[in-house]
Amino acid sequence: MAERIIELRDISKSYGQVYALGGVNLSVDRGEVVGLIGDNGAGKSTLIKILSGVVKPTSGEILIRGKAVTGWSAARSREAGIETVFQDRALAVQQTIVRNIFMGRELTGFLGWLKVNKEIEEASRLMREIGFTSKVFTPQSIVGQLSGGERQGVAIARAIYKQAELIILDEPTTALSLTETAKVFHFVRQVRASGRSILFIGHNIHHVFDIADRFVMLDRGKVALTADRSEVKSAEDLINFMEDVAHPGGLAGLHDTGDAERAVR
Amino acid sequence: MSKTMEPDLHEPSTAIPRPQKEWKHPSDQWLRGFILDNRASLGTLGVFIVMMAVFMIANPTVFTTWYLYSSVLTTLPVALFVVVPLVFVVTCGEIDLSFPATMGFASWVFALVVQAGYDPFLGIAAALVTGILLGFLVGSLVVYGGLSSLIATLGMNFLLRGLIQIINEGKSMALTNLADSWAYKIFSSQVYGIPVQIFWAVAFVVLSAMLYNRHRFGAQVRVVGDNPDSAQQMGIDVKRVRVKVFVFVGIGAAIAGTFSVMINFTWWPTAGDGYLLPVLASVFVGGTPTWGGIGTVVGGAIGAVTVSFIQTGVVAAGLSGFYVQFFNGLIIILSLLGHKWNQARYR
Repeated sequence: MAERIIELRDISKSYGQVYALGGVNLSVDRGEVVGLIGDNGAGKSTLIKILSGVVKPTSGEILIRGKAVTGWSAARSREAGIETVFQDRALAVQQTIVRNIFMGRELTGFLGWLKVNKEIEEASRLMREIGFTSKVFTPQSIVGQLSGGERQGVAIARAIYKQAELIILDEPTTALSLTETAKVFHFVRQVRASGRSILFIGHNIHHVFDIADRFVMLDRGKVALTADRSEVKSAEDLINFMEDVAHPGGLAGLHDTGDAERAVR
Repeated sequence: MSKTMEPDLHEPSTAIPRPQKEWKHPSDQWLRGFILDNRASLGTLGVFIVMMAVFMIANPTVFTTWYLYSSVLTTLPVALFVVVPLVFVVTCGEIDLSFPATMGFASWVFALVVQAGYDPFLGIAAALVTGILLGFLVGSLVVYGGLSSLIATLGMNFLLRGLIQIINEGKSMALTNLADSWAYKIFSSQVYGIPVQIFWAVAFVVLSAMLYNRHRFGAQVRVVGDNPDSAQQMGIDVKRVRVKVFVFVGIGAAIAGTFSVMINFTWWPTAGDGYLLPVLASVFVGGTPTWGGIGTVVGGAIGAVTVSFIQTGVVAAGLSGFYVQFFNGLIIILSLLGHKWNQARYR
């Protein structure tokens, strides 16, 4: 069995009286693409924030390569080899591409002075690596001048620097064009081929179905389904299951399947 | 969400053939790259040169005498030591209005140590420690107390100044033995007629500009000011960075306060009070925008030079002192309009 990169055990998170997550178990093994799906408010965002260390769980255990961690934080998460491409991309748009790629992880030498030339070199290497090249911008271009897809490229370049073991992609295809979406898919396959793992969060079930090896469905703060690729015949299966979970009485009387499918597209 | 993510309907990319070989990125040509990278500070320099030209035409005799420049070069350094750290604070998305009281407080400690008969170097060290502690206090109050820096630092300014006034009952301190000390020779004398303070101030500006552009501290200050949420998501200790900029102001204010006491050989309980508005104006005249994330240390320094020449210049040009405020305002408004046109804000 492949090595377990990260494991969440019985993770709960409450904001005051409101439970966002109530006892979630989730694990990601080396080299697999896990698709995380669920309706709005299912707890996907909270789970991502916990994985990336931005939010601390109320209770539960986080294990990195089999060892329980204490003092979980964003910095610790990145040290452990977990990189997150947030839905809003988490870029500082008035800064250069270089500054964004090395945000929170500046290359420094003596007394904290930046290795400016090394940073520029590494940034242009990363940008070439992910096929993100253009004559119109250099590593020292301001991110605010880039298009949505190019900004996504900067966020991805930041995530793959340092050979992260697990890359979390939060809604990476939302608001992207078809070609840009294809680029993201190509990137995901590349990462899997290199033996690293991806947690792919998506609203578009078809996208998730196309790319993931395993599916985890969240519903109202709990894992409603864990299924291997082989157990699910089609994206429609997933969609139907999602509806069953959300409305146990069945939607059949209210909508035809076409409506439901359009709703998740 | 940004506008650039929506498809651009006005420029269909297929219709316009892209030049392949001739096209060069603007920053490939070093001069254009230099101008693009430093447009804010160059704009400020332009304003300064135009202003000086107007003054010189108005009164050529006064503006060619060295005395005028010598007097500006004596008082300007005091402002520079606080303008530069304030550029960091504003870049970080905060503001600090408590530096005049920190100047007064730190220089008070300096004066106490010198009056007690200790070496002025020890006094400078004590002033620096005071500045660091006060900066940490103000920064912690704002950051960990979750207060608005505009109001909280204004409150701290009154509070600290009030403490100084209560304890000293408005009495000043004369430091006559300062003139013979080594510290005075090193920090406050003249070299070939040039006030030595300006060399220290220029060194401080250069070091700070490097700190801003080529050091992890400056990089994190810019990122935090630009997008604090992202900075936190990327593992930067945002609160710590914010406290650090206030500590930096404390250090600058302590040096500024000590220098102003050494110029006058006297400490007043109001020391530093007059610097609040000119220093703030200098930061923004210099081209650092109010919204955070970007700024320019060198521009701020040129802004400080501009602001300190307004006062001297208006009087020397033969106008009455009543014109000073009017011209101060005029330069500030013109600079802001210029920077508005010169800078694009990316979101």
